[in-house]
Amino acid sequence: MLNREPDIALSEPSADEIKTTTCYMCACRCGIRVHLKDGRVRYIDGNRDHPINKGVLCGKGSAGIMTHYSPARLRAPMKRVGPRGSGEFEEITWDEALETATGWLKDVRARDPGKLAFFTGRDQSQALTGWFAQQYGTQNFAAHGGFCSVNMAAAGLYTFGGSFWEFGEPDWEHTQYFMLFGVAEDHASNPLKIELGKLKEKGVKIVAINPIRTGYGAIADEWIGIRPGTDGLFVGSLIHELMRAQKIDLEYLVRFTNAHWLVIDDPKGAGDGLFARDEAGQPLAFDKVTGALADATRTDIAPALVGTFKLPDGRSGRPSFALIAERFLTDEYNPDKVAAATAIPAETIRRIARELAHAAFEQQITLDIPWTDTAGRRHEKTTGRPVSMHAMRGISAHSNGFQTCRMLHLLQILLGSIDCPGGFRYKAPFPRPTPPPNKPARAVGPNAPLKGAPLGFPQGPEDLLVDSGGKPQRIDKAYSWDAPLAAHGLMHMVITNAATADPYPIDVLFMYMANMSWNSSMNIPAVLRHLTAKDERTGEYKIPKIIYSDAYSSEMVAYADLILPDTTYLERWDCISLLDRPISGADAPADAIRQPVVAPDRDVRGFQSVLLDLGARLRLPGFVTETGTPRYPGGYPDYIVHHERSPGIGSLAGFRGEDGKSYGRGAPNEKQLDAYIAGGCFHEHRLAPDQRYYKHANKAYLDWAKDAGFIGTSAPITFQLYLEPLQKFRQAARGHGAIQAPATHRTRIEKYFDPIPFWYPPFDGAPGENEAFPLSAITQRPMHMYHSWGSQNSWLRQITAENCLYINRARAQKLGIADGDWVWIKSPLGRVKGRVRLMEGVNPDTVWTWNAVGRRAGAAALDVDAPEATRGFLLNHLITELLPEREGGYRFSNSDPITGQAAWYDLRVSIEKAAPDEQGETWPQFVPLKRPVLADAEAAA
Amino acid sequence: MTSLPEATSKKLGLVIDLDTCVGCQACATSCKEWNAGGYSAPLTDQNPRGRDPHGTWLNRVHSYEVGDDAQSRTVHFPRSCLHCETPACVTVCPTGASYKRASDGIVLVNPDTCIGCKLCSWACPYGAREYDTDDGVMKKCTLCVDRIYNETFAPEDRVPACVRACPTGARHFGDLGDPESAVSQLVKEREGFDLLPEMGFKPVNKYLPPRARRDQTAASAPQAAEQAVDNSSSLADRFFAWADRSLAR
Repeated sequence: MLNREPDIALSEPSADEIKTTTCYMCACRCGIRVHLKDGRVRYIDGNRDHPINKGVLCGKGSAGIMTHYSPARLRAPMKRVGPRGSGEFEEITWDEALETATGWLKDVRARDPGKLAFFTGRDQSQALTGWFAQQYGTQNFAAHGGFCSVNMAAAGLYTFGGSFWEFGEPDWEHTQYFMLFGVAEDHASNPLKIELGKLKEKGVKIVAINPIRTGYGAIADEWIGIRPGTDGLFVGSLIHELMRAQKIDLEYLVRFTNAHWLVIDDPKGAGDGLFARDEAGQPLAFDKVTGALADATRTDIAPALVGTFKLPDGRSGRPSFALIAERFLTDEYNPDKVAAATAIPAETIRRIARELAHAAFEQQITLDIPWTDTAGRRHEKTTGRPVSMHAMRGISAHSNGFQTCRMLHLLQILLGSIDCPGGFRYKAPFPRPTPPPNKPARAVGPNAPLKGAPLGFPQGPEDLLVDSGGKPQRIDKAYSWDAPLAAHGLMHMVITNAATADPYPIDVLFMYMANMSWNSSMNIPAVLRHLTAKDERTGEYKIPKIIYSDAYSSEMVAYADLILPDTTYLERWDCISLLDRPISGADAPADAIRQPVVAPDRDVRGFQSVLLDLGARLRLPGFVTETGTPRYPGGYPDYIVHHERSPGIGSLAGFRGEDGKSYGRGAPNEKQLDAYIAGGCFHEHRLAPDQRYYKHANKAYLDWAKDAGFIGTSAPITFQLYLEPLQKFRQAARGHGAIQAPATHRTRIEKYFDPIPFWYPPFDGAPGENEAFPLSAITQRPMHMYHSWGSQNSWLRQITAENCLYINRARAQKLGIADGDWVWIKSPLGRVKGRVRLMEGVNPDTVWTWNAVGRRAGAAALDVDAPEATRGFLLNHLITELLPEREGGYRFSNSDPITGQAAWYDLRVSIEKAAPDEQGETWPQFVPLKRPVLADAEAAA
Repeated sequence: MTSLPEATSKKLGLVIDLDTCVGCQACATSCKEWNAGGYSAPLTDQNPRGRDPHGTWLNRVHSYEVGDDAQSRTVHFPRSCLHCETPACVTVCPTGASYKRASDGIVLVNPDTCIGCKLCSWACPYGAREYDTDDGVMKKCTLCVDRIYNETFAPEDRVPACVRACPTGARHFGDLGDPESAVSQLVKEREGFDLLPEMGFKPVNKYLPPRARRDQTAASAPQAAEQAVDNSSSLADRFFAWADRSLAR
């Protein structure tokens, strides 16, 4: 039969109204358009004008509607009524909740503000949360960076004043060669995807260095299945090859780095390894024109990069570059020597080095863009070496991550490819001075704010937060001898340290959107014990009070005493600020907001407004007026518009000044949020053509950035190839100076605080040396999930509701393991059971699984028999939070010794087939969580 | 049984680039999101919080490996209705609910006349149709027929939701019946191919094969233009001799 085609409605409007805001399905912060129909969210698509996603939207963002309407949403404030961990709560009013919290916090502040540990998770409002901690007076603040990627941030900021991801990006338009190291595919996800698609169209070679070939690696031209934790050997070997082939941009080095600065050679002396300086404190170089020492920062010298030179005081000094070259030219980094450990053939390493050199030196780019350097010299053209790189967790989540990341930046700099056409470009407010000038603030005392922000960047032992005996002053031991450059804190150690009173007990633990009783902690069984441990004498919990804010019924909820329910991302104000982690592009500083596009249908409040309310109730300076009334009675949007960090500098850079016409600096503008909303909830400032490149030495850019409040000085930013602050710590470990490292730490500091990047084996054992646990075990992120946030989304969990353990096919055959088998995964800490899938695209000495798909039964409003709980598993149970005892019985945390970055990916395991009667279910199993009161499931779409 | 139009004025369809698809699922979830409230509404879910969560999706992405060892590669393969020129799913339909539009070639299901017999899903070799158990009718890709002609949309948004969302630009929409169209040109240039051409249903949608990889197995690496070096001294000495020059700051 041939029916007449039915009439169908082809032009139904998608919405009664379309509102713009910013996505929060991961940390990418894309611009979205929310289509509203009949008061409900009908559809979400990407905002074409937005600088991050340019209209596209990923698998997470396109499923946002199901996270917004999730039945796991918390409904109202709650107080715990059963034992901690039982999940027994009673709903209370906001007034009771806020008064309870205020009572606890006021008491602590009057005695010792440091007894409040305030840690936030994947918080996008650290400019506010950090300021709250500062005004409250606790040094014990950080967000999740310590267990995420502080190695990347710290290595980059100390070395060249920028970093990967939010602080910089490849020059996508001009790059001719792109290397992608260990990327977490849920980070910077849309920008990377957009540009990978374009690079492939242009035929630009993409090299993916990752033990696992999934998403991005799958479409790369070349996948290098490196052994985890050996990236530093690979990168060092590339440097070796480039030096051997004399493919180093020496002109770039003397212009922009400390390569020519003279390093004092005085093995027994206090100054050994520090820079030789003149009386004014300026570093010295040897000028080949005059044959004399000169201020190394002068631009009229021809500095030597090799040689040994006598210093005025009789000691001798050598250019730092000579020391660096000596290190990388040794046989240790010879491709033939690193091939076995890295699992990369020597010829591949040599070929990649040739390809890098070819792209950098044979495909040099020259753009018709005149610019003026900081010495006032005008350059008619802008030239560049079109090699670019991006790196993420695979580099950073190892105990050698800081030095490895430094080495990666060294490679970029030796090729002359930082902030040039085709290279790696800064995103404002970066670059910033190197080493970063701001120091972590010290505790002051009762009822007093800190004198600065709690997080900062130490430059020597005098900046550590330790007492006269060397004991840590922060609960997480950040900025102590355990982790001197812990620029993001060590959130992963807070619960353990607080419960064991090491270095001291606390009174209140206050956390925001951090699932610390599950996927964000190591050794979860121990963490759960710590959260519920009681003091035998008093019967009180060892962590006496826990306040927690989350929008959803995460595993952490059950372990808190007071719950402050947050809104969904579509119900809230937020500020993606240049004071925090902005959304800038290399050509345009940018910031953004979230606006509520729908009103909450529950008794919940945005956490930032709650924090401002708490601050006012506590009468914290800055949170109240002179008369004691709340300074921001309108909550977070009021703060966003009116708060000034310093005169004229506030949360948002756009539309400042009373007339709304100023950028960066200007008086608060009452209409600022309206202006942002009218512009799609973001604001971009396009840099002038002469400000776009070589920003670290670009007069027009630096002068402008100083005016805009991004930097305190417009002096050129010198790349610290040789990182003197590390040597200062080392000298303290050698017994020099007023503040010396304790005996327990001296060997460690001596070894790892090398001012020249080097590779050392991850702490869980050198490759091939750990026979009992021969396999590396790491995680990858499914592109459609963000940590544990995705598994509660009713659509996303249809795509992935359980995770398996992926093993290299040939390796599994040797182990007698078949596809679908259940296996025990063992580490020195314990064992976990999971189901195996075999694959080709994984390094043979590596096993892996998807991160944070496994959930505890009862969490996230999932049924207790959900596969996330019955079959899905976490590797976290196998990762020790404390390393084995070292000298003096001391147990360091399982972290990078320099930054305290959680060393998730150091994990080594063995695999054993489970017995026939052990198939079908994961282990360990935990008591199912009782569901707290949740939003009506009927509200779910 | 249902007849097909003798010819269609246009052959609207998708061109999907397997070279750049990273398997992010954006096309799958944006499709679900649009269509759960659009022409195909509802797209129901069963057991969404439970043991075996599943539901009706009009587009799914499969990831798998092909080849062994060095030749192995990971492929992400999005799968949806191919809007065949001679689709068996239409001809087997006993009620005329399944039909191919004469104007643009889109294969649709009329939910008012679909009796949920599932003959069409058995007839389709591509597994492109999904029976919505709660709604009792067959669902399938509509090429977002309620978007592509939608006069309330900006012209650039009149594309299927999957194409609108795709972050890598791996999905293209257009008239494959017009040899001059951008999609036809793309298929020609990249040697786009049909899925299971031997089945004879003449899919309109095309897939673009992965490009040749520029790795060690393909292109020859550029030879390093190395300096001629004197091998009589150590590596470091040779390097230092090279680096010991007058360099202006």
